Amino acid sequence: MQDNSVNNETASRVDAIIERIGRHPDMLVPVLQAAQEEFKYLPQDVMMSIAQGLNIPPAKVYGVATFYAHFTLEPKGRHIIRCCDGTACHVKGSMAIMDAIRSHLNLKEGQKTTADGNFSLEIVSCLGACGLAPVMVLDEKVHGQSNSKDALEIIKSCEEK
Amino acid sequence: MTTKQETLEKIAASYRAFESKIQRRVVVCAGTGCIANGSLAIRDAIIEHAKKAGLDVVVEMSESLPETAPAGRVYMSRSGCQGFCQQGPLVTVEPDGILYCKVNVSDAEEIVTETLVGHRTIQRLLYLDPESQERFVGQKTIPFYTRQKRTVLAECGVIDPHCISEYIARGGYLQARRAYLEMTPKEICDMVLESGLRGRGGGGFPTGRKWLAALAENGPRKFIVCNADEGDPGAFMDRSLMEGDPHRVIEGMMIAARAIGAEEGVMYVRAEYPLAVERVRKAVDDAVEAGVLGEHIFGTDHKFTIRIMEGAGAFVCGEETALLASVEGNRGMPKPKPPFPAQKGLFQCPTIINNVETLGTVPLVIRDGAQGFRANGTESSPGTKTFALTGHVQNTGLIEVPFGTTLREIVFGVGEGVTDDDGKLCKDGFKSVQIGGPSGGCLTEEYLDLPMDFDNLRKVGAMVGSGGLVVMNKQTCMVQVARFFMQFTQNESCGKCVLCREGTKQMLDLLDLIIEGKATMETLDTLEALAGAIQKGSLCALGKTAPSPVLSVLKHFRAEMVEHIVDKKCKTHKCRKLSPYAINAEACKRCGMCAKKCPVGAITGDRNVGFTINEDICIKCGACKANCKFGAVEGA
Repeated sequence: MQDNSVNNETASRVDAIIERIGRHPDMLVPVLQAAQEEFKYLPQDVMMSIAQGLNIPPAKVYGVATFYAHFTLEPKGRHIIRCCDGTACHVKGSMAIMDAIRSHLNLKEGQKTTADGNFSLEIVSCLGACGLAPVMVLDEKVHGQSNSKDALEIIKSCEEK
Repeated sequence: MTTKQETLEKIAASYRAFESKIQRRVVVCAGTGCIANGSLAIRDAIIEHAKKAGLDVVVEMSESLPETAPAGRVYMSRSGCQGFCQQGPLVTVEPDGILYCKVNVSDAEEIVTETLVGHRTIQRLLYLDPESQERFVGQKTIPFYTRQKRTVLAECGVIDPHCISEYIARGGYLQARRAYLEMTPKEICDMVLESGLRGRGGGGFPTGRKWLAALAENGPRKFIVCNADEGDPGAFMDRSLMEGDPHRVIEGMMIAARAIGAEEGVMYVRAEYPLAVERVRKAVDDAVEAGVLGEHIFGTDHKFTIRIMEGAGAFVCGEETALLASVEGNRGMPKPKPPFPAQKGLFQCPTIINNVETLGTVPLVIRDGAQGFRANGTESSPGTKTFALTGHVQNTGLIEVPFGTTLREIVFGVGEGVTDDDGKLCKDGFKSVQIGGPSGGCLTEEYLDLPMDFDNLRKVGAMVGSGGLVVMNKQTCMVQVARFFMQFTQNESCGKCVLCREGTKQMLDLLDLIIEGKATMETLDTLEALAGAIQKGSLCALGKTAPSPVLSVLKHFRAEMVEHIVDKKCKTHKCRKLSPYAINAEACKRCGMCAKKCPVGAITGDRNVGFTINEDICIKCGACKANCKFGAVEGA
């Protein structure tokens, strides 16, 4: 059974976020964004605290958190690889790059984060950098006009750090 | 802070005083594309070398510069997207009008010694036309630019988006001031209506009519929402405008606010655009600081504030009612209309939702008047439109052309032709252009001379959409393209309407059958029937238009679909299961590696007779091809 109680430290961190963003149910999305920024993901106790802090049902918090693609209920890897699969990237071969990364990182179908927690691979529908297609973003740095070989080199250099 | 009427003149004068003390200006493109290619490091390097060369380097506008700088003074400014993303990183030198393309950090020293100190142009960094092998100096001569008509983007890529003073010095916020001081709300709405301005976000609804509806509603609270949730894959016009000229969008919001009597504004920006969020935030803060936004606008009793909200990764939030649900802290699901947002929108108050480019166009309408604005474009679609030109085209980038321009002019004029899979210019490589993203369609060669506007495109099963224009060459499989968009809308369906939620899934499965060679001709009928049902049974535009890309492929590339189904063949070799592997006997060295690596024993033969692949046994895993050192295995 899962524990529904919230520890004090989490509660006070969440409360500080709500205080900063605004204590109003309308602010749920920005509050969740700030909470994810701080905790790196949205564990159950964080969502419970947000519900208490904004005085809304936990089900609503859960509903909103699961609706938007940016929110994650599970911890992500230390490095985030985002592969763009927008139209321009797609026609310029983004799938081949993704397959290469997947096989390099040993990610099975549907698996997003590597077993050692080093990398998470996300597919985004368009980063708006179509002029550079195909595009890959590693930890907020955009790498454009890449191919499978370049992409793996970039990831490998990140592994060595 | 109280805004006096003359505030703008003061700010403009102090900027001009600053400008007059500058001899040279180096504009490094700091749009997302060029930054990704390292433009900021290039800027740092130029600054370093310029200092070494004894030049007086200024990095931002300052009111306290000494009058003269003996060795010359250079202003190192940053701009938003200059448009020519393909040739980035871009560095412009003014007033010479030199545009350096594909600049490297290692070029910085030469730019300083040759151009900044020596006043000479570096030929090898100029744009090289791939066909004529001619070099072009700058924007005034490069065909990519001269074939465009930049009005909304006039300052984008030129001014420093971080500097409100420069925006004001170039006439910025004058139109907002006119709207607040010299025009009544009704006059503004009427002018926008008469100008024929239509929403640039996809729908093409007359902006003036929307505003008049909101004006007719009684307050007390009304909202202006800027829809900056640009989600169409292959589109980046709004991002570029926000990154390159954020004050123009804010000015448009102010005029809209004055037109309907709103005092609160929300900008809903896609979170995938961190740079746009950052620049828009700064622009709003600066506008408040300068006294343009906030209380007592231009000395009147009006007020207007703008709040920035970041999206959270849901494409459907580009739909206006879903966007409002998201701002209210709910799941971003659309609601039935009516009531329209202009009547009951955000928090049940009258709300106008306009797209970034529409709002960016509004100051031009006020500046040029309704008739002046109609000087560009067609009768039913006046003005210009920005497009993100991408895919298999020579010049990818951000462009702006008048409505009525043909696809041919865009793809072969501005874009300078189609490229093959290796990026080389390919004379007869054109296959299709996808326009309008997941709500639009694919057009063929026969439509290349169709003047593009809202109505003409809708008639042929495509739409202007937000402005993503993806060019595809002959090596592109159209069934895969149809599947790509179906996958996208299926992923992004919010799940509210059954036909959108389940129907898109079924359509995707049917397309997969075609790609895997398991479909029959009946599959096409089922696809069409389902498409019709989804269009009828969905609440919002996402669902209503979800089948469009597939229908347009069915219409314009039916033969290719039939070929997949009947002949079980994909000519472009993009569908793995339909493109059999074969060994090219000439290239084969008969080493036998393929046969050794084949996991199912489909390759037979020996060193004497050579090797062949038995198609019936082959599972198309690709191991033979991956392991052939001589590239003798063809297919897939």
